Amino acid sequence: MRGWRNRTLLGLILILAVFSVVTVWPSEPDRYLPSFIPWPIGQGMKLPWVKVDNGAIKFYLKEARAMRLGLDLRGGTRLVLQADTSQTPDVNVDAALTTATNIIERRVNAFGVSESEIQRVKGGDRLVIQLPGIDPAQAAKLVGQTAELEFRQPKLDANNDIMTCQGGTVTYNPPGCDGGQETPVPASSLTQAMENSVIWVPAQAVGSDGLEKDLTGRFLKNNTFVSASNVGLPVLNFEMTKDGAPLLEQVTNRLIGLPMGFFLDGQPIRGTDNNILAPTVRAVISDKGIIEGLSADDARLLSIQLNGGALPVPLKVIQQEEVDATLGEDSVQQSVIAGEVALLIVMLFMTLFYRLPGALASLALFVYTSIVLAVFKVWPVTLTLAGIAAFVLSVGMAVDANILIFERTKEELRAGRSLVAAIEAGFTRAWSSIRDSNVSTLITCAILYWFGDQFGASLVKGFAFTLAIGVLVSMFSAIMVTRTFLRLTIGTPLARHLGWWVGDVEPVRVAATPVPGVPPPSISGGEE
Amino acid sequence: MFDFVKRRDFYYLLSLLVLVPGIISLIVPPSLKPGIEFTGGTTFTVRFAQAVHQDALRAALSELGHPEAIVQGTGENTFLVRTRELKGAAAAPEIGPAPPSERDAIEAGLQQRFGDFLDNNGNVSNRFIDFASVSGTVSEEIGRNAGFAVIAASVAILLYISWAFRAVPKPFLWGAAAVVALLHDAVLVLGAFSIFGKVFGIEINTMFLTGLLTVMGFSVHDTIVVFDRIRENLRRGEGRDFSECVNVSLNQTLARSVNTSFTVVLVLVAMLLMGGVTIRDFLLVLLIGIISGTYSSIFIASQLLVTWEERDIQRLFRKLLPRRRQPAPVETEG
Repeated sequence: MRGWRNRTLLGLILILAVFSVVTVWPSEPDRYLPSFIPWPIGQGMKLPWVKVDNGAIKFYLKEARAMRLGLDLRGGTRLVLQADTSQTPDVNVDAALTTATNIIERRVNAFGVSESEIQRVKGGDRLVIQLPGIDPAQAAKLVGQTAELEFRQPKLDANNDIMTCQGGTVTYNPPGCDGGQETPVPASSLTQAMENSVIWVPAQAVGSDGLEKDLTGRFLKNNTFVSASNVGLPVLNFEMTKDGAPLLEQVTNRLIGLPMGFFLDGQPIRGTDNNILAPTVRAVISDKGIIEGLSADDARLLSIQLNGGALPVPLKVIQQEEVDATLGEDSVQQSVIAGEVALLIVMLFMTLFYRLPGALASLALFVYTSIVLAVFKVWPVTLTLAGIAAFVLSVGMAVDANILIFERTKEELRAGRSLVAAIEAGFTRAWSSIRDSNVSTLITCAILYWFGDQFGASLVKGFAFTLAIGVLVSMFSAIMVTRTFLRLTIGTPLARHLGWWVGDVEPVRVAATPVPGVPPPSISGGEE
Repeated sequence: MFDFVKRRDFYYLLSLLVLVPGIISLIVPPSLKPGIEFTGGTTFTVRFAQAVHQDALRAALSELGHPEAIVQGTGENTFLVRTRELKGAAAAPEIGPAPPSERDAIEAGLQQRFGDFLDNNGNVSNRFIDFASVSGTVSEEIGRNAGFAVIAASVAILLYISWAFRAVPKPFLWGAAAVVALLHDAVLVLGAFSIFGKVFGIEINTMFLTGLLTVMGFSVHDTIVVFDRIRENLRRGEGRDFSECVNVSLNQTLARSVNTSFTVVLVLVAMLLMGGVTIRDFLLVLLIGIISGTYSSIFIASQLLVTWEERDIQRLFRKLLPRRRQPAPVETEG
C-alpha cells in the first residue's frame, strides 16, 4: 500500500520535473550553458491557463517562451524624450517634466514593466528612460503619447446634416477640409467609406459655471478598464467625473442618431479595421460609457494612458536604442556560469557529506530549481538581481531543510534506531523547525510586498514575491520530493550498505532493513 | 560537549567590539555613501573605432577613478556610461582653451588605452557623444521606505515567534531575542559598509538594499531553527536547568548550523571568484551578513534567553551597585 503510494508520488514528481525542465529550457542556451555543446533551443511551453474576465471564466493557451528579465540582467530599450513646447511656449518646463515623470512612471507600472529607470537631464528639457523587455516602438507609444482624450462630434449644418470633405484632405487640427469642398450628407445615408471624410469638431457643452467647455479626458475618472463584450471582444469602460457627467449628458442628448468620435492627441482613434471609431449615439448617457472596436492591445494601452493622466507637454522621442544589461552583459554571463558551478559544488558537498541521502537531496535540489524557474517563467515574474538574491536564499533554505532532516536522522541512528525508523523520525522531528522558520519568512515576505507596493519600491516588492514562491516550493521539495526518494530507496538493496547512508555513526544495533513482524523501536515520531 | 553558555558575557563583548566601530562610522556623517542610482551624475556615450571589451572598459574607467561607472553596451563597440557627476564638465569650449576638466582626463585616458573614438556619423573624433548631467534613477526615499518595511517586518516576526513558541514560558522574550539578533546582523552589515564607504569609497546602491533584506531573512530563519531545538529539549526536560538545556540544543544543532552556512558561503565564494565584477559588493554584503547571521543565532539570540533566565542583568546591577546588606553571591558564572 505504502510502496504503491510512493511510486505514484515519484511518478508525479518526475512528470512535474520533466515538464518544468522543458518549460524553463532557455531559448538562448548559449547564454547560460557552455557553448561547446550544441544545446537544443528551448521553445517554452504552451500551457492551458484560466483567467476570470468580467465574471466569465476563460480558458486559453498561455505561451511562455523567454524568461522575463529585468534591466539589470538583460537590458531593454533606452529612450531619450524631449519636451515639445512649440504649441505651449509659456509652460514651465521644469514643473511639466516633473509631472510627466510621475505620469510615465504610473503608465509604465500599469503596463507591468517592472524595474524601469527614469532620469531627468539636469537643466534641460529631456528625460532618459530605460525599459526592460519591451519593443522600442511600443515603448515610444507608451511613454511618449500625451494621451489627451477628446470627445468630438461631426460638424453639422443647420439641418443637422453631417459635413464631409469631398475632393480634398480632411484635417483635424484645426478641423477643416484642405483643398476640397465641405459637403453636407444626411446622417442616415452616411456610408462606411464616407465616414473617414467626416469633419470632426470638439464636442462642447455648458458646464455648471455657465461656460462652454470642450469635453475632454479631463472629465474622465482615472478608473477606465478593459473588459470583454458578450462575444469576447475588448471593451474600454470609462466613467465621467461629477463635473463631466452633465456635459456628456448634453452632448449625447444633442447627438442622438449621430456618430461621436474619440480623439487621442488630436488624432482619431481607429479600430482594428483602421477605420475611425465613431459609434452612433443611441441613448443619452451621463456617467458611464464604453468604447468598442479597439484591438485588445490598443484598448489596454489607451486605458493605461487615460488612467495615468495626460502629459502636461508633448514629449518627442529624439533617440531610441537597445541597451544591454546595466550589470553588463559579460558580467551577467560570468555570474550565471558561476552560479551553476556553485550549485554543482553544493550538490557535491551534500553527496560527500551525507552520502546517499545527500545525493538524493541534490536530485531534489535539481527538481526544486527547475520548478521554481518554471513558475517564474510561466507566471511571469520579471527577474532582477533582487529576485535572484531571493532565489539563492530560498535555495539555501531548501538545502537547510534537508540538512536539518539528515542531521536528525543521524542522531536517531546514534540513539540506536533502525534506518527506516531513523529516517522517518528525522522528517517528523525536523518538521516543526522547517515549518516555523518558513512561515516566519512568508510573513516577512507579505509585509515587505505590501510596503513595496505602497511606496513604489518595486525592488522590495520583487524580492518579497520571488522569495515567497521559492519558500513555498522549497517546503514541497524538501519534504515531499526528498522523502519520496528516500522511502523508495530504502526498499532496495541500497539500504543494505549502511556506510552509504551515514559516515560517522557506529552501528550499535542497527538493523539495515526492518525485520518483518518486529516493529522498529518507534516509527511514529512526534511527541515522546 | 562544548560549553556554549558559560562564556556568554565574552560573546556579548565580542559583538560589541565588532559593532561599535561600525556604529560610530554610521553616526559620523556621511553615514553611508549613496551611489549614483540615488544621486544622479553624468551620462555619456562612447563609440570606439576598434573593438573594445566591456570588461576592459570598466577596468579602465576604474583606473581613471570611476569604479562606480555603470557600463552598458548599446551597439557595436558603443557603450553607454554613467558615472558620478564629473567636475568641470561644462559643455563646449568657449573662447580660448578650456581648463582640463575631468571629462577631458577620461577622454584622454580612454583614447590612450583603446584608440580613437567615433562620432555619431562614424567619423574619427576625440569627444564623447551625448554628454549630459542626469538625475538619479531611484529616489532616496526608497531607502527610508525599505527601512519602514523592515521595522514592520520585525514587529511581525516578534509577534509570530511569540505565538509560535507559546508553549514555552515567556514566549515574547524569544521573539525579542530573535529580533535583537536580526538587528545585530543588520547593524553589522550597515556599519561595515559605512566603514568601507569611508575607507574604500564603496557606495550604497539598490543591490546593497537587496543584500540587506536577504541577510535579514536568513538571520531570522537561522534563529528559529535553533530556538525550535531548545523548545523541543525543554519539553523533554533535557539538562538540569535552562542554561544546560540551551547548551545541549546548541551542541545538537551545531553541525546543521555550520553545514548550512558553509553551503551558502560556498556558493558566495564561488560567485565572488568566478562571477562578474558588477555584483561583487552585493556578494560581500551577503557573505558578511550570512556569517553574522549564523553567529548571532548561537551567540546572541540563544544566549539572551539564558541571560534572562539566569538573571544576569540583576546580578550585574548588584555587582555594580552593592547594597549594604549583601547576601554575598560567590558564584558569578552560570
